[in-house]
Amino acid sequence: MTDLSIMKKNKRIPEQLVYLLIYTSAAISVLLLAGIIGYVFIKGIGAVNWGFLTNVTSVLKGTTGIAGNIVNTLYIISITLLIAAPAGIGSAIYLNEYAKPGKLVRLIEFTTETLAGIPSILFGLFGMVFFGTTLGLGYSILTGSLTLTLMILPLITRNTQEALKTVPESYRNGALGLGTTKWYMIRTILLPSAMPGIITGIILAVGRIVGESAALLFTAGSGYYLPQSGQLIHKIFESGGTLSVQLYLSMSKGQYDIAFGIAAVLLMIVLIINFMTKLLSRKFDVSRKK
Amino acid sequence: MKNNPISIIGSRKTKQISETIAHKIFVICAFFAVLSVASITVYMIINGTPALTKVGILELLFGSDWSPTAANPGYGILYVILTSIIGTAFAILIGVPIGVLTAVFLSDVAPKKLAAIVKPAVELLAGIPSVIYGLLGIMILNPLMYRLELAIFKDSATHQFTGGSNLISAVLVLAVMILPTVINISEASLRAVPEHLKAASLAVGASKIQTIFKVQIPAAKSGIITAVVLGVGRAIGEAMAISLVAGSAVNFPLPFNSVRFLTTAIVSEMGYAADTHREVLFTIGLVLFAFIMIINIILTRILKKGNKNDD
Repeated sequence: MTDLSIMKKNKRIPEQLVYLLIYTSAAISVLLLAGIIGYVFIKGIGAVNWGFLTNVTSVLKGTTGIAGNIVNTLYIISITLLIAAPAGIGSAIYLNEYAKPGKLVRLIEFTTETLAGIPSILFGLFGMVFFGTTLGLGYSILTGSLTLTLMILPLITRNTQEALKTVPESYRNGALGLGTTKWYMIRTILLPSAMPGIITGIILAVGRIVGESAALLFTAGSGYYLPQSGQLIHKIFESGGTLSVQLYLSMSKGQYDIAFGIAAVLLMIVLIINFMTKLLSRKFDVSRKK
Repeated sequence: MKNNPISIIGSRKTKQISETIAHKIFVICAFFAVLSVASITVYMIINGTPALTKVGILELLFGSDWSPTAANPGYGILYVILTSIIGTAFAILIGVPIGVLTAVFLSDVAPKKLAAIVKPAVELLAGIPSVIYGLLGIMILNPLMYRLELAIFKDSATHQFTGGSNLISAVLVLAVMILPTVINISEASLRAVPEHLKAASLAVGASKIQTIFKVQIPAAKSGIITAVVLGVGRAIGEAMAISLVAGSAVNFPLPFNSVRFLTTAIVSEMGYAADTHREVLFTIGLVLFAFIMIINIILTRILKKGNKNDD
C-alpha cells in the first residue's frame, strides 16, 4: 500500500495498540509458565536429593522424605488405569464402531461430557460416601483409585474415540471384505492403528492422576508409609496420600521446604509427561503422512 | 479352539460366541459413564437434602450467619454461594480477554516461531497440578496482597487484616487457571472460521485487525462462548488451588476480605465436620453440583445451536 491511502493514517495508532494488546496477552502465558517453573525449581530443587526421594518422613529417625507418597502415587496410577483404561477404550469402541446414532448414543455422550465437567471435589465427596462408606472401603488406596477411575474415564474415552476416527474407513472395509468378523477386525486392525492415540490418552490420564488432590483427600487419605514386605496387596486397603495430596498437607502445615521439594518433583513429572505425549503425537503424524 | 480349525461349522460357532461377548462387553463399558453420572446424581441428592429440611431451605441458602461449630450454630451459606459466583465472574472478566487475545495471536497474528513457543507454554500451563498454583499463590500473591492491604487500610479501625489471603488473590489464581481452557477452545474455533470469509473481508479493504474483530470473532462466536462456559465450570469447581489462598473465614465477598468458596468450604471443613455441619457441607456440594449441571445444559444447548448453524 502506498502512503496515499487516507484510511491507513486514521487507523494506524489504535491498530498498533490492538497488536500490542494481543502480543502482551500471548506473552503473559509464556512469562507465567517461565515464572512458575523457574520459581518452583529454584525454591524446590535444594530439597530434592536422594534421601528425600527414598526416605519416609519419621520423627524417630529424624528423616524427611516422600518415598511413601511416591509408592502410593504409583499404586493409584496402576489400579486406576487397570480399571479405567479397558472401560474407557471399550466405551469408545462401542460408540464408534457398534452404536447406531440415536437417543442411546446421545445419552452416553452427554453423560461422558457431564462426567468430564464435574469438579474433582465432587468426585471426592461421592467417592467418600459411595466407595468409602456404602461399600465399606474406608480411606484407602482402592477407594481413591475407584474415584479417580470415574474422573479419567471421559478423558480416555474421548482420546480413543478421536484415535479411532482417524483410522481410514478403507481399513475397516478391507478387513471386513476379506471375511473377518467385526471383533477380529477391531482387535487386529483398528486397535493397532489407533494405538498411538490411545496411549496418548492414557499418558494424559496419568498426568491428571498425578496432579489430582481434591478427589483424593477424602478418599485415599494421607498415609505416607511404605508397604511392609509381604503386604503389597494389603496396602491397597490402607490409606495412602499421593504426592499432590502430601504437597497440599505440607503447605497447609506451613512446611514450605517440603512443599517446594514435592512441587519440583511434580513439575518434573509433568514436563516428562508433556514431552512423551509430544513425541507420540509426532510419531503418529509421520505414520499418517506415509 | 478344540475343533479342527479348518471346520467351518465349529469355528463359526466359537466366532459367533466371541463376537456376541465382545459386543456385550463394549455395551457394558459404554454404560459405565451413564451409570456413574446417575449414581453421582442420586448420591449428591440423598446426602445433600437432609440438611435442607433440617435447617430450613431459606435459612440455609439465604442465611448469612455461618458458625457451624458455635454453641448456637448458624448454617447460612449465602456468602459462600455469593463468593463462588462473584469470584468466578471476576476470574472470567480477567481471564477471558487475555485468553481470547492469545487465541487470536496463535490463530492469526503470530509468526510461526513465536507460535511454537506460546502454544507449548499454554499446553504446559494446563498440565500444572492445581496444588502448585495454590503454593505459588501463597508464596507470591499473598505477601503482595498483604502489603497492598497494609497500605490501603492503614487508618481503618474496622478492617480485619487477613495477611493477604483474600478474594483478589483467589480471583487472580483462578484467572490464570482458566487461561489454557479459554485459549485452546477459542483458538480451535477461530481456526475453524472458513477461509473465504476472511478473504472476502480483506478483499473489500478491511485491515487484518478489522477482519479479526469484525468477521472472525463473530463467526467463531459459539466456540468462544463454549470456551467461556467451560472456563466458568473450571473456575467454579476449582478447590485446592484457592483453598489456602482465599483465606479461612466466611465473609461477604469484598476484594480484601478473607472468603470461602463452595469448594474451599468443603475442602477445609470436611476433615472435622460432624452431624448437621457435615450434612450442610454435602448441601454445599449439591449446590455446586446444581451449578455444574446448569453449565452443562447451557453447553449442550450452545453446541447444538452451533451444529445447526453449520448445516
